[in-house]
Amino acid sequence: MLEVSAALTQGQITPTELCQKRLSLIKKTKFLNAYITVSEEEAFKQAEESERRSKNEQSLGDFDGIPTAVKDNFSTSGIETACASNMLKGYIPPSNATVVQKLLDQGALLMGKTNLDEFAMGSRSTDGVYSKQYREKRKQNPHSKNEDLDWLMTGGSLGGTAVAMSAFTCYVALGSATGGSTRNPAAHCRLVGFKPSYGLVSHHGLIPLVNLMDVPGILTRCVDDAAVVLSVLAGHDTNDCTTVQDPINPFIWFGRCEQTITVFLVQIEGAKVIEVSIPHTSYSIVCYHVLCMSEVALNIARLDGLQYGHRCDIDVSTQSMYASTRQEVFNDVVRGRILSGNFFLLKENWENYFIKAQKVQRLIANDFANAFNSGVDVLLTPTILSEAVPYLEFIKGDNRTQTVNMAGLPAVSIPAARPNQGLPVGLQLTGHAFCDQQLLTVAKWFEKQVQFPVIQLQELMDDFSSMITHHQKSANILLSEKYF
Amino acid sequence: MAAPMQRWVGRGRHWTFARVDGGSCHRREAPTGSTSNRIRGRSSVAQQPLYTTQKPRKGEHKWAAVVGLEIHAQISSNSKLFSGSQVRFSAPPNSLVSFFDASLPGTLPVLNRRCVEAAVMTGLALNCHINKKSLFDRKHYFYADLPAGYQITQQRLPIAVNGSLTYGVCAGKKQSQVIPKTVRIKQIQLEQDSGKSLHDDLRSQTLIDLNRAGVGLLEVVLEPDLSCGEEAATAVRELQLILQALGTSQANMAEGQLRVDANISVHHPGEPLGVRTEVKNLNSIRFLAKAIDYEIQRQINELENGGEILNETRSFHYQLGCTMSMRDKEGKQDYRFMPEPNLPPLVLYDATSLPAGADPQQVINIDQIRETLPELPSVTRERLVQQYGMLLEHSFTLLNEVGLLEFFQNVIKETRAEPKKVTSWVLNTFLGYLKQQNLAVSESPVTPSALAELLDLLDSRTISSAAAKQVFEELWKREGKTPGQIVSEKQLELMEDRGALEQLCHSMMEAHPQVVMDLKKGNPRVINKLIGLVRKATQNRADPAMIKEILEKKLSS
Repeated sequence: MLEVSAALTQGQITPTELCQKRLSLIKKTKFLNAYITVSEEEAFKQAEESERRSKNEQSLGDFDGIPTAVKDNFSTSGIETACASNMLKGYIPPSNATVVQKLLDQGALLMGKTNLDEFAMGSRSTDGVYSKQYREKRKQNPHSKNEDLDWLMTGGSLGGTAVAMSAFTCYVALGSATGGSTRNPAAHCRLVGFKPSYGLVSHHGLIPLVNLMDVPGILTRCVDDAAVVLSVLAGHDTNDCTTVQDPINPFIWFGRCEQTITVFLVQIEGAKVIEVSIPHTSYSIVCYHVLCMSEVALNIARLDGLQYGHRCDIDVSTQSMYASTRQEVFNDVVRGRILSGNFFLLKENWENYFIKAQKVQRLIANDFANAFNSGVDVLLTPTILSEAVPYLEFIKGDNRTQTVNMAGLPAVSIPAARPNQGLPVGLQLTGHAFCDQQLLTVAKWFEKQVQFPVIQLQELMDDFSSMITHHQKSANILLSEKYF
Repeated sequence: MAAPMQRWVGRGRHWTFARVDGGSCHRREAPTGSTSNRIRGRSSVAQQPLYTTQKPRKGEHKWAAVVGLEIHAQISSNSKLFSGSQVRFSAPPNSLVSFFDASLPGTLPVLNRRCVEAAVMTGLALNCHINKKSLFDRKHYFYADLPAGYQITQQRLPIAVNGSLTYGVCAGKKQSQVIPKTVRIKQIQLEQDSGKSLHDDLRSQTLIDLNRAGVGLLEVVLEPDLSCGEEAATAVRELQLILQALGTSQANMAEGQLRVDANISVHHPGEPLGVRTEVKNLNSIRFLAKAIDYEIQRQINELENGGEILNETRSFHYQLGCTMSMRDKEGKQDYRFMPEPNLPPLVLYDATSLPAGADPQQVINIDQIRETLPELPSVTRERLVQQYGMLLEHSFTLLNEVGLLEFFQNVIKETRAEPKKVTSWVLNTFLGYLKQQNLAVSESPVTPSALAELLDLLDSRTISSAAAKQVFEELWKREGKTPGQIVSEKQLELMEDRGALEQLCHSMMEAHPQVVMDLKKGNPRVINKLIGLVRKATQNRADPAMIKEILEKKLSS
C-alpha cells in the first residue's frame, strides 16, 4: 500500500486511473465472488475528489486515493450491508462504521463490500448466501491458482476480503476478528492479518457476532501497511464505551522511521526463544462456542423483519411473523447457534454452561498473563496447524486463534513458510494487551528475516495471471500492473 | 363480573372496605382510605390486616395478604439512557428515535451520566447501599416495541440495594393519627424503557412508536412487606413525592412516568406463602389500591371455594374494577439473561476511593451527590409541624397536593396572619374551592398574594371572617380586583360604630318580640337567631361577638 501511495504522490498514476483499473479487475474476477457489493459510483466519486486534492496539493496523506475493501459486516452509509444474509438483503445503513469513516476521512476509496459467512459465523467462508457460486466456480479449475483460493475457503469468515486482497482489487482491507477471522484467511492467503488489542479500535458499526470479542481486523500485504492502518484506526470512540479512554500515542510506522526500527531490531536480535505453556488452550474452543452462541442468540434477536431486512408474508400475528421470517432466511449454522445460545442461557443451564465458560475464559486470560509475566514479550505460534485442511479437521485448527480473542490480546499472522505443496501457512505472534506496536515491530523483524512477502508477491502474480489465462484473459495487462 | 364486596373483620364490627380516596391530585385529606380496624385502637405497626369472606364463621381461619411492588419510574433527563435522543412526552410518533433506539445493527450503547446520577441520588434518598460496581444485563424476549429483542437492565448486580421507604398511614377518628410504616427496598436498577404498541383492532394491525424506547427507567423493587391496597397506595405516593423532590423523575402516573406492577398472594398467617399473581397496567394510585384489594379478595374467594391460584399475569380493568388473566400462552417465561458485552462495569467512587487526578467528567462521586440531596418530604413535614405548629396530617395534605406547599409558603411569606390561620384557610377554603371545581393548584384563580392580602385584612380586624369568605368568593370570579378593592366597593369593612350597632340591635329586638320572649323564658340558644338577623342587616360587616355582647346586655337590663 505504501508503494502505491508513493506512486500516487509522485504522479505515476492518478487516483481515478487507479480506481478504474481496480474496478475493471473486480469485474474480471467476478467469478471469485470476492465482493457482495461493488460500490463503483461511490469509489469513482471518491477517486475524483482525491484527484482534485492531489492537484491542489491538499493530499490527506498515505491513504488518499488508496482502493480499500471492507467486509460486508461493517456498516457503510448508503451502501448495502447484508452481512451475507438474506435477512439483511437490501439493508442500507444510514451511517458508516467508525473504522470505515476513519479510512474515508483519510481519503481512502471504498471499492466495495467483501464476502463472508452469514453474519461472519463460520470459518470457511462458505456459509453465506453469496457463497454458492463461489465454490462451484472454483471446482472447475482444480489446478490453477484457484486451488489456492479454494483452500482459502477453509479460512473464514472473511474469505471474500482475503480473496479481494489476493486478487489485487484493493490494497487495504478491513475484516472483523472474533475467533480467527482475520488471521486464518491471512495465513492461507499469504497476507498479513492483524487483530488489535480489544478496546484499541472501535467496533461501532460492525454488525456483531460476539461483541465481547469482536475487533476490527486489518488485512494487508506487509506489516508496515498494517501498522499504518492501525495508527489511523486506533483510539477512543465516543460511540463505543469499550474503547480505551486514554489518548493513543501516534503509532510509529516503520517505512518512515528507519532509526526507530533499527533500535528495536537490535533488541530483537538478542531475543531468546523459550517454551511456555498455555494449559487451558484445549478447553478454549468449547468455551468459545458457549460464549459465542449465547451472544449470537441475542445479537441476532433484533433481526425480526419488523424494521428492516427481509419480512415474510405471514401477518396472522407478530409472533408468527417473527418465526416465519427468521425461519425463511437463516441458514443452518445461524439457526444452530441461535438455538444453542438460547439453550445455554436457560435458567437451569446458566450455571453449567455460561458461568463455566466465563470461568474458563478467565483461566485462559490468566494463562496468557502468566506466560507474559514469566518475562515473555511475544508469543509465537502457528496461525493454523497446517496448510489448508479439509473441513472436518478444521475445528482443531481454530483454537490457535480464538484463544487469543478470548484474552483480548493483540495478534498478527504473517506469511511464514511454504511447506511441501507450496501452500502458505501463517506464523502468529501474540503480544501483551495494548502493546500492539511492540508486537508489530517484532512482526516486521520476522517479515524481514524470512523475506517472504517478496516471493509471495511475485508468485501470487504469476499464479494469478495463469489463472486469468485460464479464463482467456490477458496476463500481460495484469503483470504490468503489478503494483497498481 | 361484579367485584365482590370486601370487608374488614375484627372486634365484632364489619366495615365496608372503602375506596381509597382520590388519585394523586384529588385527595382532600392526607392519605385517607379505609378505616382499617387493625389501626383503630391499636398502634402496632407490624399488625397485618386479616381478611375473610362475607360470612365469617366462628373459628374460621383468617387470611393475610402479601403484596410486593415493582415500580418503574422514568428518569427525568434530557436524553435517553444509552443514546442521545431527546426525551419528551407527546412528541409526534417516532420523532425521537436514534439509530441505536431503532436497534440498527452495529449500534452500541453509551451510558448517560445523568441517569446514573439520578439512580445514585434516588438510592441515597431511599437509604440504599450504593454498589460501587454494578453490571448491565440483557433480558431477552420478543415484542414488537422492543426492537433489539432484549432490554438492557441490571439483573445480577444493580446500582443500589437494601433500602427502605417510610410512609404514613392515617388512622384514628377523623384520620387524624398518622402511623409510620416501613417497606424494605430490595433493589434499584437502571434499565431501558420499551416503545409503545398501539393496537388498531379495526384494521387488525399494531402500530409502534419508539419515542419511549430507550428512555432511562429506575426500577424500584419493594420487598413484599405490604398487606393491602391502601398501604401500597400510600407507599407509592410517598415514593412519588420523594422522586419529585429529588427531581430524578416527574413521576406523573397519567403520563406513564411512574408505572406499578403488584405481586400479590394470600396465606394463613404462620403457613407458607401462597402462589402469587402479578397485576399489571396500574396507571393511577387509586386503581393500584383498587386492583390490589380486588385481587386479594378474589384469591381468598377462589381458595375458599376449593380453587387454586395460578402463577399468572393479570391486568386490571379499570372500568369493570376487576383483574383479568392476560392469558399468556407461553406460560412462565425464561428471559435468558446474559451480561451486556458492550457496557463495561459501572464503577462509582466515594471520597475515599476517588483516584487522584481523576477527571470529574469521567467519574461519579457518591459523596458529592449525597451533599446535593434536597430536603425530603418526611423532613419537610416535620419542619412544617415544628415551624407552623400544624397537625401532621395537615402537612401530609400540603405535600400530597401538587403545588399546594409552595402556595402555602408564598402566602405565609406575604401575610402577617398567624400560620394556623393560613393553614386553615389554605386547607379548608382554598382547597375546598379547588376540589369543588376540580382544579389543580396551578389553575387557581386566587394568587398567593391575594390570599395573603385577604388574610391581612382579617388579621387587622378590618373585615369579619364571614366577610372574608365573601371576598374570597369574589376573588374566585377572576375579575382582577384586589381584596382591598372588593372590600371598599362592597363596603364590607367591619362596623366599628358601637352606637349604630346598639341602635340596630335595639330595633331588631323590637321587631322580633317572640324571640325575645323565648330568650327570657330561658332558651339561650335562640339568641343566635337574633345575632344572625343583626349580621344580615349589617351585610356581615359586624363582629358577631360584639353583637352578642350588646344583645346580652340589653336582655339582662
